[in-house]
Amino acid sequence: MPVRLIEQVGRQTTNALASLGDFAQFAGRTFVSMGPSWFRWKNVRLILPQMYDVGTMSVPVVSVVGAFIGMVLAVEGYTQFKALGQEARMGSVINVSVIKQIGPVLAAVMLAGRVGGALTAELGTMNVTEQLDAMRVMGADPIRVLVIPRFLACILLTPLLTIYSDFLGVLGGWLISVKSLGIPNDPYWHYSALGVDNWQIFEGITKSIFFGAAIGLIGCYKGFTSGAGASGVGKACTESFVTSFMAIIILNFFFAQVSKDWYIAIYGVTSMFGS
Amino acid sequence: MPLPIVEFRDVAKRFGHLVVLEGVTLSIQRGESIVIIGASGSGKSVMLKHIVGLLKPESGQVWFDGTRIDTLPERQLMLIRQRCGFLFQMGALFDSLTVGENIAFPLVEHTRKNPDEIRQVVAHRLAMVGLPGVEYKMPAELSGGQKKRVALARAIALDPEVILYDEPTTGLDPVRADVINELIIKLQRELHTTSIVVTHDMASAFKIADRIVMLHAGKLIIDGSPQQIKDSTNPIVHHFVVGEADEKELSVLKG
Ligand SMILES: Nc1ncnc2c1ncn2[C@@H]1O[C@H](COP(=O)(O)OP(=O)(O)OP(=O)(O)O)[C@@H](O)[C@H]1O
Ligand SMILES: [Mg+2]
Repeated sequence: MPVRLIEQVGRQTTNALASLGDFAQFAGRTFVSMGPSWFRWKNVRLILPQMYDVGTMSVPVVSVVGAFIGMVLAVEGYTQFKALGQEARMGSVINVSVIKQIGPVLAAVMLAGRVGGALTAELGTMNVTEQLDAMRVMGADPIRVLVIPRFLACILLTPLLTIYSDFLGVLGGWLISVKSLGIPNDPYWHYSALGVDNWQIFEGITKSIFFGAAIGLIGCYKGFTSGAGASGVGKACTESFVTSFMAIIILNFFFAQVSKDWYIAIYGVTSMFGS
Repeated sequence: MPLPIVEFRDVAKRFGHLVVLEGVTLSIQRGESIVIIGASGSGKSVMLKHIVGLLKPESGQVWFDGTRIDTLPERQLMLIRQRCGFLFQMGALFDSLTVGENIAFPLVEHTRKNPDEIRQVVAHRLAMVGLPGVEYKMPAELSGGQKKRVALARAIALDPEVILYDEPTTGLDPVRADVINELIIKLQRELHTTSIVVTHDMASAFKIADRIVMLHAGKLIIDGSPQQIKDSTNPIVHHFVVGEADEKELSVLKG
């Protein structure tokens, strides 16, 4: 019994490592194929429809998520800050949270579901109906024709959508705090500006680029390696979302760590609550 | 003997525990029209995919016009593949592109034709398969047989030297099937293409083939002219050719 258990653990570890290796190879091939010679009109024209799919179609989801997060933070934070008599300082907490953490992470998670899932479903279907093979036979590399445009669209649009979502989050927080809970407008913005500096905006946007890269690569990889039939594609979509989600959360942790170290190295320790 | 255009040397292929090919050896001459027959699931499609390097053998070698291709990296395989047309069993049309864009795909990838010239080639190819004027339809709007013919039009778009047909007449009505047979013969006669055809349709096989091979249990069990196949005394070949199940295959139906 224990032997079988060990055997199973061993096999699963080997499988996990093997698929990690496959993924690394896939990502490697994508980056290698993305050299300067890729950027010809023949290829570049393929990005636009993808941008539409990734970008325009995601705006409603991302805006709703952004606005409501800002609003919830305001509602939740108010009682605590009020008890301390510091409700004007809420601006800094809400806006730092929105811009640095919750905004980018939630926008990316939404995109992992909406965009990552769609990528996997589309490419997975192409895989099981032999369209990828057909493309290879016609001497066209599916990585060049299918993966790179989708990957670039994800990298370009995730930060834009994140900024958009952040903006609505800030707006939502302000709306509840100032318009509904009656916190005075000027102190609210004053403390917000104290809390949020360029570094934080930069961090939020930078990591959203990496989140976009993870969503695009994982979505495409899962599609390319989907099992046979409709059930295979369905399974690949689920895996795509779960894997992207974990990648986002883990990347976010490393970003927090690295960013904190650099920030302290550059600016020293500063308090979020200002002076 | 001239250099064969396609050659299998003792090719074996497994998927997990399932042995599909074991020890397949076959040379195909330039300009030849060869038909591969065999029961469903015997590995005919798998064999075709080896010729363009979509699948790699576990052991043995696959050669294309003097180049060993089973060990070739993707990039060089591209060059080989440009010389082949491949009709997939299920068509494998790009369902996000129109019929016209599907047929134009290899032309856009590999030629410097301008949009007008491409339109002309597309229209001509569609006329050849008996579907003029469907350029702007989406594959989903076509019937199964129409998809197959569009896929055939796409496979021959670049005037390839070697055309691999995976069941070109399956799903077509008998008249249309015969038109496709004639098309395959015409392409071979006029453009000296090499045709490698997988089919279950014996009428079609006898019509097109210079030579017929039969795949059974991972091996080629017969290799000969259509007449030799007809006259074969091998029971497996004979049953297949006349389309009769033997006692063992029928026993499952008996209570
Ligand atoms: N990619 C694959 N992965 C696993 N097994 C496969 C794969 N491709 C084919 N097979 C298996 O190989 C065997 C041969 O398949 P193949 O498609 O070559 O049959 P076929 O002779 O073309 O049959 P049909 O006439 O029904 O098309 C089948 O048992 C099939 O399940
Ligand atoms: Mg087949």
